Amino acid sequence: MMAVLQPGVLFGLCGAALVGIGLFAVITHPGLLRRIVGCNILGAGIFLVFGAVARRGAGPGFDADPVPQALVITGIVVAFSASALAVALLKRLAELTVDDRAAPDESRSGL
Amino acid sequence: MALFDLALVALLLMLALRVVVEPDERSAIITFLAFGLLLGLAWVRLAAPDVALTEIAIGGGVTGILLLRAEAALRGRGKQAEPATRTGKLAVAAGSAAISAGLGFAVLTFSTPAPTLAPAAAQALPATGLGNPVTAVLLAFRALDTLLEKVVVLLALIGVWSLAPDALWGGAPDLKPAAVPGPLAYLGRVLPPFGVVIGVYMFWVGADAPGGTFQAGTVLAAMWLLVMMAGLHPPPDTTRWLLRLVLAGGPILFLAIAFLGFAFADGFLAYPKALAKPLILAIEAALTLSVAAALAMLVAGPARKAPAR
Repeated sequence: MMAVLQPGVLFGLCGAALVGIGLFAVITHPGLLRRIVGCNILGAGIFLVFGAVARRGAGPGFDADPVPQALVITGIVVAFSASALAVALLKRLAELTVDDRAAPDESRSGL
Repeated sequence: MALFDLALVALLLMLALRVVVEPDERSAIITFLAFGLLLGLAWVRLAAPDVALTEIAIGGGVTGILLLRAEAALRGRGKQAEPATRTGKLAVAAGSAAISAGLGFAVLTFSTPAPTLAPAAAQALPATGLGNPVTAVLLAFRALDTLLEKVVVLLALIGVWSLAPDALWGGAPDLKPAAVPGPLAYLGRVLPPFGVVIGVYMFWVGADAPGGTFQAGTVLAAMWLLVMMAGLHPPPDTTRWLLRLVLAGGPILFLAIAFLGFAFADGFLAYPKALAKPLILAIEAALTLSVAAALAMLVAGPARKAPAR
């Protein structure tokens, strides 16, 4: 039982649960912005599992394996870029949809 | 500490569930920000202070500006997908739970002894002249990943910029709200001097202690965003050559030094031993500015005003 309470295991399990929660939001939530947030939760879960792997890899002089940690930092920045691109696409989509409804002819000639 | 860990995990899971079930969009996003900040604490408990700094700066900070601005822009006209049926939701919940259970099983049955590269990193660390193993992995041992990641960030930025309507291509994004609230204008004047000092410190100390390029870049990006949102200095036109030089400068310097490795060291991305630390610091300095500019421009979004010329 005590083995489960090690940070390397406990936060790994937490990450596994977050993956499920995020995946559920991505598939079922009707709001598209919330799906992007869900995607971020999913990613956070995967990073945590990776962090648990790093924590278990503690070596002489290190509390954790630095290689997975560096990869997680890279991953967080890439995940943010992907979110920013998704948000920009979503905003553009909303603009175009509203334009279409308000003035269909103008929006077509304006593009 | 086990009790603290359990409480932290319970809070994280509760906040994540709250983000999913909360009907109000804005509350859900603010809950997600709280989640991002607590996640930083989880990373501290996993002995990863470098990741914690990145997670708090990006997950709790810059993502917050991005999502809250998106929520304000989309309010009342956000695209809604068809709501899932009850049976559909149950099926997805069962599938997601199965994936979580599978991952959880994998976590519980990790091989022992754990595979690790920590001894290899410890052995090679003195050759880089750095004291922080994570920085050494990012800029020396796995420098190729970092280089490609910077390129991915730039590609995402090109994607965002290309969403501007044709007439506005090359113009400036618009960050300033119609009416700037007093406290925002005040913060925009008071915070950046401190923020810039903290950012430069994080970059400099990253060689030997937790901190580094991405953390420092994010702090600098946040300060620039604050100035632009408070209307103190307008965002630059996306065709400004200075902006593009800063954006591309980091990866270009990185690539140039990487190719010089063929002539002066063992090959691509290898550093001559005597010059390893100065070269890494030079790359880091250029990368920090590139990251700061790229992240701020990603949040600022596509052009909203016609170009000046």
